[in-house]
Amino acid sequence: MSKFKPGGQKDEPEVSTASLPDIIFMLLFFFMVVTVMRESELKIRVSTPQATELTKLQEKSLVNYIHIGRPTKNYQEQYGTSPKIQLGDKISDIEDIPLFLENHKTSVPEKLQFKITTSLKVDSDVTMGIVTDVKEKLRKSGQLKVNYSAKKRTEDL
Amino acid sequence: MARVRAKDRMKNEVNAGSMADIAFLLLIFFLVTTTILEDSGILVKLPEWSDEPPDDVKLNSRNIYSVLVNANNDLLVRKTPMAVRELREDTKLFITNPNNDPTLSDSPTKAIVSLKNDRGTSYKAYMEVYNELRAAYNEIWDEQAQIRYGKNYDDCTKAEQKGIRDDFPLVISEAESTSFGEEG
Repeated sequence: MSKFKPGGQKDEPEVSTASLPDIIFMLLFFFMVVTVMRESELKIRVSTPQATELTKLQEKSLVNYIHIGRPTKNYQEQYGTSPKIQLGDKISDIEDIPLFLENHKTSVPEKLQFKITTSLKVDSDVTMGIVTDVKEKLRKSGQLKVNYSAKKRTEDL
Repeated sequence: MARVRAKDRMKNEVNAGSMADIAFLLLIFFLVTTTILEDSGILVKLPEWSDEPPDDVKLNSRNIYSVLVNANNDLLVRKTPMAVRELREDTKLFITNPNNDPTLSDSPTKAIVSLKNDRGTSYKAYMEVYNELRAAYNEIWDEQAQIRYGKNYDDCTKAEQKGIRDDFPLVISEAESTSFGEEG
């Protein structure tokens, strides 16, 4: 496109691609705004149950997540097949919960700390024993606002 | 880009053609890291922990709606087996007691729903039951909002909602789980 030979064959008129970056930027900004960085890889399988009485959790920064489920295939050798708790990016013990809550608390401004919610993402196949233990630990740590994470149920019971 | 005139040849422009590529790169990065799905679930408030055992309060048994889910995920409501899909209507009937049945609650403020599960109960079954109990209360609140203010509970003001909730308080008390069933 440097020099046009005079008298040479005439170029077809091209579609202007000058606005392409703008369009892409618009998409980019959209995704930047809606993005929440994936915090950690799940080492356990969590498929939450279905329910109808759902509340949406508003502010992500005020929510901490406790995942409970069975380890995925890759980790079964290491952790077995019984239900495990994952805090952040590692499989943890119930005793680690208070520290985990405390760590999250420090990232939240003091006057918003009463709004902190713990979202329990629990696999449907897990039995209540481990869930009960986690709930007891949460109560002992004074973390009383809890959300049982669930998907919207579409069909009837 | 048709034909470059002699005058234009003097203008040095930065080539912005690669801008799109850079933007694409960023776009793909954010596409991959995006999780649009937001978290939703059933919000509960756990009771505060106390080391002392709770006082033995004698409650009239007509005011207690005991729901038991055993390790086989069977439902026992007030000592009779029940299917989960009947639970919602039955709970509503118990709380509101429209016909002043002497076996159902004295008044909605005195009604207590007591939920008990086994450590071997599956989480799915527990959630189904819990969801139905919450749904019963939500439906009662909605009906009351319609009667009193002619609108949905969610559209009521905070004060109106509180008025309804004071008359029909949400009391789902969870007893300590039994451990008959197999865990795992």
